[in-house]
Amino acid sequence: MAQLSEGLRRKEFSSVELTSRLLERIEASQPKLNALISITREEALQSAQAADRALASGNATQLTGVPIVHKDIFCTQGIKTTCGSRMLENFVAPYDATVVAKLKSAGVVMLGKANMDEFAMGSSNENSYFGPVQNPWKTGSVPGGSSGGSAAVVAARLAPAATATDTGGSIRQPAALCGVTGLKPTYGRVSRYGMIAFASSLDQGGVIAATAEDAALVLRAIAGFDPKDSTSVERDVPDYVSSLNAPLAGLKIGLLKEFFDKGLDAEVERRIRDALTVYEKLGASLREVSLPNLPLSVPAYYVVAPAECSSNLARFDGVRFGHRCENPRDLMDLYKRSRGEGFGAEVKRRIMTGTYVLSAGYYDAYYLKAQKVRRLIADDFARAFSEVDVLMGPTTPTPAFQIGAKVSDPVTMYLNDIYTIGANLAGVPAMSLPCGFVDGLPVGLQIVAPQFGEARMLNVAHLYQRETDWHSRVPEAYA
Amino acid sequence: MKTWETVIGLEIHAQLSTQSKIFSGSATAYGAPPNAQADLVDLGYPGVLPVLNAVAVQMAVKFGLAIDARIARHSVFARKNYFYPDLPKGYQISQYELPVVGEGAIDIVLDDGAVKRIGVTRAHLEEDAGKSLHEGLPGVSGIDLNRAGTPLIEIVSQPDMRSAKEAVAYMKKVHTLVRYLEICDGNMQEGSFRCDANVSVREKGADKLGTRAEIKNLNSFRFVEKAINFEVARQIDLIESGGKVVQETRLYDPDKGETRSMRSKEEANDYRYFPDPDLLPLELTEEFISGIRASLPELPDAKAARFCSQYGLSSYDAGVLTASRELAAYYEEVAKLIQGESKLAANWVMGELAAALNKDGLEIADGKMSSARLAGLLKRISDKTISGKIAKEVFEAMWAEGSEADAVIESKGLRQITDTSAIERAIDEVMAKNPGQLAEYRAGKDKLFGFFVGQAMKATQGKANPAQLNELLKKKLAG
Repeated sequence: MAQLSEGLRRKEFSSVELTSRLLERIEASQPKLNALISITREEALQSAQAADRALASGNATQLTGVPIVHKDIFCTQGIKTTCGSRMLENFVAPYDATVVAKLKSAGVVMLGKANMDEFAMGSSNENSYFGPVQNPWKTGSVPGGSSGGSAAVVAARLAPAATATDTGGSIRQPAALCGVTGLKPTYGRVSRYGMIAFASSLDQGGVIAATAEDAALVLRAIAGFDPKDSTSVERDVPDYVSSLNAPLAGLKIGLLKEFFDKGLDAEVERRIRDALTVYEKLGASLREVSLPNLPLSVPAYYVVAPAECSSNLARFDGVRFGHRCENPRDLMDLYKRSRGEGFGAEVKRRIMTGTYVLSAGYYDAYYLKAQKVRRLIADDFARAFSEVDVLMGPTTPTPAFQIGAKVSDPVTMYLNDIYTIGANLAGVPAMSLPCGFVDGLPVGLQIVAPQFGEARMLNVAHLYQRETDWHSRVPEAYA
Repeated sequence: MKTWETVIGLEIHAQLSTQSKIFSGSATAYGAPPNAQADLVDLGYPGVLPVLNAVAVQMAVKFGLAIDARIARHSVFARKNYFYPDLPKGYQISQYELPVVGEGAIDIVLDDGAVKRIGVTRAHLEEDAGKSLHEGLPGVSGIDLNRAGTPLIEIVSQPDMRSAKEAVAYMKKVHTLVRYLEICDGNMQEGSFRCDANVSVREKGADKLGTRAEIKNLNSFRFVEKAINFEVARQIDLIESGGKVVQETRLYDPDKGETRSMRSKEEANDYRYFPDPDLLPLELTEEFISGIRASLPELPDAKAARFCSQYGLSSYDAGVLTASRELAAYYEEVAKLIQGESKLAANWVMGELAAALNKDGLEIADGKMSSARLAGLLKRISDKTISGKIAKEVFEAMWAEGSEADAVIESKGLRQITDTSAIERAIDEVMAKNPGQLAEYRAGKDKLFGFFVGQAMKATQGKANPAQLNELLKKKLAG
């Protein structure tokens, strides 16, 4: 992205040329990867032309004319926003999400909308109404989820970056499985306005890019307080790009004891240990730290997230927008059939779980208890960050699995989330960056930082990428 | 024969008179075309988020301070989840466990003049729902979301009222208070001020409360009284004929004058309340609260007490004159313009003026009779230019023509006759014309004195000073 930006400003190529070329790549990839739900060819070329004019007149930002793909969870004015669901198959958003609006005003060109697990619920992209996304590294393997489309787009170099969202790992896990760089910011760093809600207290918009530098460029454009989102935080946005090269000497890295536990693939662990050696060479020191309550994060997450989702998804009732069943007999029939037909199995499973944990007599035992656990986990992170600057570990316990391998076993799928959901429960920023391969499939190194520690985290990631080239590897078919 | 005691608690919903809605920027004006005042937030579109209106918070705090309630430094918005077509998000944002206004109290005056204190349990902020329209739409229902998101405070009383009359007195007092505070226009026809009544009966002397029925959406004082009286009679009949009251929600039908069952406890929704993750807890500072405290107007009870001491009014008169801020201000203007005649002013404001306003369906604030004009008339009573009786005639002319009292008195020649010789001439005339009655009077038929007063008044076209006339007549008749 940084290179493309340079090329555009040196007039090596125009935004229209770049956009056309990427649109062709996207169109060619669709039958194989299915990474996008919508391709916005016309709009893309129009904004590329506008970008070229801006570049010619000198009215350009660093991102003017650079193409991007938006996860189809972000509302885009006048363009279908499906959230991966039949419920919103024909929903045309009447407004732009803040993230979309900010990138638009920076001159970024939208190429299309990325495929995703329905309503961001899933970690394999198999829950999309629009069909699964293939992992560009190996057909038949999952790209991860829920931002599987965004990760595949970047891995196959269909766009230099894609927006994504992370509620329990939905940016980092697919970034790891696709060998790209994914960044989930601090909760409240990026506006949630216009991002279709799954679990409001955990959802956070972010970016998947090829490099930490590109992630910094995009984050700088989308971060900041938004008066339309009361949970966004009023706090200055640092220049994430200018601090990328700060030296790492003296950096204290905490290795999460719980992350190197049983369940972690031995080969994956080896790649992570190799990455840590690179950091030691850069002057960082390692020490083991423990987040004793982390094992409770999976049950806590699978109470809080479904609870919020059951309420957030109540608005999809067939009355004002979205799927409506044919010839409803009465109001109840309209509700039941519209929702029954519009939502897929995983979404229904979570709505039912969420409804159950909030119901009279169960609220204290589940929801309240989960909130208490959440506080304990946040305290664990705070304690760890009083000793170390960043935490590191694997993003996932194994590389990408086969499509269909875990569909019938949602609980195992949920358990894999233990590596990522702690950061969501605690609201801290986290990243995944490529650090090697196991049997031809990428492995992701996870970095977790204290709240609003994105600048340091990106700096830590960038210096690793200066020493290694895992992030520049591209699957052969897309080289 | 058992004697029964009625127990009533009210939940009053007062729409706050903010310019925009509680969580969106839409206008709140009444009577716009359906859905003209509903934006994407009010429509519950995917991705939109609520932003709290600070003015609504100020208004709720104002109310809390006015009833001497504890104001919560920390309160929380919660979602009340249920499906209904006029509830776009599938949940109402309300306050549940931690309301902004805690316990307070309101004093009402009973028929015998005694003061009774009614406890207020809490008052919380919430958003109103939209409206379902069925009239004029055969076979379908219309939804108007103009009202959706209008700010409300729900004021919940203790079950402290023992009759429909007390309930109405309490509701009227709250009505007066919210208008004094200028936080609600109090318009009951438009639904800006309405209540649900919880009604139960128990044997006199029993400790335990009887099973209650909740009568929903009463939007006039008359309906409150009628609905409660009907419901009390229904419950007593039911129990006395061996039945049992069941806990349920009932609706009052004003045409039939009866309540009927809407849904039973078993059919009641489980609202699955939980804190709204889209809104931060509401934190109020001491400065914020004390700023509002300093801005409170003189409240009705304090004003009434002052009227008693400052103007020497009875507590009844003071109560009537302080029923609204406008009326009280008007009275004070009049009283100040005619120093020393505050009782006269009270009688006229509550008597002739109130009757005339009522007849024409006007309010004081409409300005039909300025305080200066009324004071101008009362001055002429006070300085004996005209009698009280003639003053009524002058008032009528002033009301009809919009003229000043002095102009009417001059043009109609209504100046009171105080010239002794003129009055004596009239008396002589009357005595000469009625020799028979004169003889009877002198023979001891005292009752005829009134006859002579009437005749003499008539002879002066009512303009004779009544006191003077009496005195002179007594002398003359005695011979």
